[in-house]
Amino acid sequence: MVTKEMLTAALTARHGAEYQARFSAASVGIAGLGGLGSHIAVQLARLGVGRLVLVDFDTVDLSNLNRQHYFIPHLGQPKATALTNQLMNINPYLDYQPYIVRVTAENACTLFADCDVICEAFDRADQKAMFVEAILSGLPNMPLISGCGMAGIASANEIHTVKRFQRFYLCGDGTADIANGLGLMAPRVSVCAAHEAVMAMRLLLGET
Amino acid sequence: MIQVNGISQQGFAGKTIRDLLQAQGLNPERVAVEQNGEIIRRANFDSAQLFDGDKIEIVHFVGGG
Repeated sequence: MVTKEMLTAALTARHGAEYQARFSAASVGIAGLGGLGSHIAVQLARLGVGRLVLVDFDTVDLSNLNRQHYFIPHLGQPKATALTNQLMNINPYLDYQPYIVRVTAENACTLFADCDVICEAFDRADQKAMFVEAILSGLPNMPLISGCGMAGIASANEIHTVKRFQRFYLCGDGTADIANGLGLMAPRVSVCAAHEAVMAMRLLLGET
Repeated sequence: MIQVNGISQQGFAGKTIRDLLQAQGLNPERVAVEQNGEIIRRANFDSAQLFDGDKIEIVHFVGGG
């Protein structure tokens, strides 16, 4: 039986008490739980981020298994539920808030208002634009991280994190578009997801 | 003269954000735009006027995630 104390001690031994306290007190929102979001969630849960708001309307499909952090037994389940169940097996003592809901310009700010940092993780370019506009105009002090450009087989070295606007971080290569027929491949999508998770971690630790 | 993502552009003073996006070949549904540090909502792209000295930042989103 893994107690909360055991898990906290194990994480603290790895991360140090100061970082662990900050992770534990933090709240991160993840909009979209597909190729980007599922990986971001797993990584932040492993860090011990105290609260994760996980939002996606969709269910797990066979075509998702090429890159998304789901397994065959999850097929047909809502992603928010399937992901939360996995995270409970990484750290059951974190506060998971899954929502099986489509994010819109109207509900975006309400869903994520209580977060310290938000990670945008949609797959459609117009949804990314809608969400970024809604959060940057409706939640003026909220740091926002977004994934943009990860398709194809170009080098992982082309994936970067750049700061744009006042408190917006863009992770990706910025150009590789699925609309150009480029596929989404597991390792390259994961690199982009990790860029978002690293930026979230850094923001929680006071780095900008 | 206006600045777009740090690059000077001529001939846009008096035009709208939509005009600028069109000239740059950008889909208005796939961008986020700041004018002098303020986010300009999509609904206002047709009315938001550009002025001499404006600093415009455009982030263009591509699909995949």
